[in-house]
Amino acid sequence: MTNTIRVDIVSAEAEIFSGDATMVIATGELGELGITPRHAPLITRLKPGHVDVVLDGGERQQFYVSGGILEVQPQVITVLADTAARASDLDEAAAQRAKKEAEDALAHRTEAVDIAEAQAKLAEAMAQLQALERLRKNLKH
Amino acid sequence: MASGREIKTKIKSTQNMRKVTRALEMVSAAKIRRAQDMMKASRPYARSMRKVIAHVAQASTDFSHPFLTQRENIARVGYIVVSTDRGLCGGLNSNLFRRLLPAIAEWHKQGVEVDVVAVGQKAISFFRRIKGVNLIGSVSHLGEKPKLEQLIGVIKVMMDVYTSNGLDRVFLAYNDFVNTMTQKPTIDALLPLPAVAAEMENTDGVKLEQTNEWDYIYEPDAQTVLEHVLARYVESLVYQAALENLASEHAARMVAMKSASDNANKVIDELTLIYNKARQAAITQEISEIVGGAAAV
Repeated sequence: MTNTIRVDIVSAEAEIFSGDATMVIATGELGELGITPRHAPLITRLKPGHVDVVLDGGERQQFYVSGGILEVQPQVITVLADTAARASDLDEAAAQRAKKEAEDALAHRTEAVDIAEAQAKLAEAMAQLQALERLRKNLKH
Repeated sequence: MASGREIKTKIKSTQNMRKVTRALEMVSAAKIRRAQDMMKASRPYARSMRKVIAHVAQASTDFSHPFLTQRENIARVGYIVVSTDRGLCGGLNSNLFRRLLPAIAEWHKQGVEVDVVAVGQKAISFFRRIKGVNLIGSVSHLGEKPKLEQLIGVIKVMMDVYTSNGLDRVFLAYNDFVNTMTQKPTIDALLPLPAVAAEMENTDGVKLEQTNEWDYIYEPDAQTVLEHVLARYVESLVYQAALENLASEHAARMVAMKSASDNANKVIDELTLIYNKARQAAITQEISEIVGGAAAV
């Protein structure tokens, strides 16, 4: 019987921890969670706070996450940590900026082109490039 | 024949050009490493995320999220197009756009409208000129170290339209970094998930099998958690695409600038040869003139 479980803590920008542990302690949305091997499958959001991993020898490793997701599977515990502070109003502001940038881009639109036309132009440019390539090869010989 | 001075100016300007292309090549060669490291660093997250999503897809929850349900009639589709900010990277962006255009034309033929969210200056300036494509959001100047925060805005624009039933399919287009010599223009299905799963089965042979009936314990409840997880899932995919594209950009620029430098070398060699020939011809002519003049006296 094993009394350890595999734990992966990852964020979008780096792998933070990967290894076996006897217990994982994290702050879930509904409160503190202590998860030991053979816990039932569970998925929850994490609150900003510490994630403690208790290793086999009793050693504790502490990580800080600014939110994220905790998933418990029979063989593995996964913590998907957020890298940025997130809030719905922040997200909304970012979305507004993205929309505005697109509108600005459209306001400066010079002349609109048909898809067919653009396709033809691209194909033409590619053909020219290929012709140049061939020409160059022939020149070498 | 061009005079010596003219040829000399040409040689000089070609040398200057070579300096620029060399510098660009070296800058990209230095940056590609970091871009690759970042790409690798973000892979564990994407992998874990895919696993979680696969589990979620298997779990027999009674809650259905718009991201999980496939709509029958397709009236409008969205594309998130990741491109570079700067040019001089060979055919990287053109290749991607060339793959996109037939797909968009195909949707148009079926009477399906196409919305585009552009990441990177090149995609913005390309799609603002294309008729019949709605540019609904854009972001540029992600820099050398793209952050997830920079992408949240455009992703949210797309997802909001999707959740409000404005879009029936969402695709993600970017250049996949295979290695320094090869970058593959790629169009992946992003939403809804059943379409993604079907595609994964087709291309990778991955089968999301339905095992025994089980479900998670959700905290606080299924809807909140799933919404959160699915939003993060989409974000991680787009972020990964941005990193792949960045690595591709540097690789493509390095190769393009290398061949530009080589070509400049060739031109300089040829011009130097012509210059020397012209110089020699001038000297020969002068001597024969002097000799001829002396003989006449």
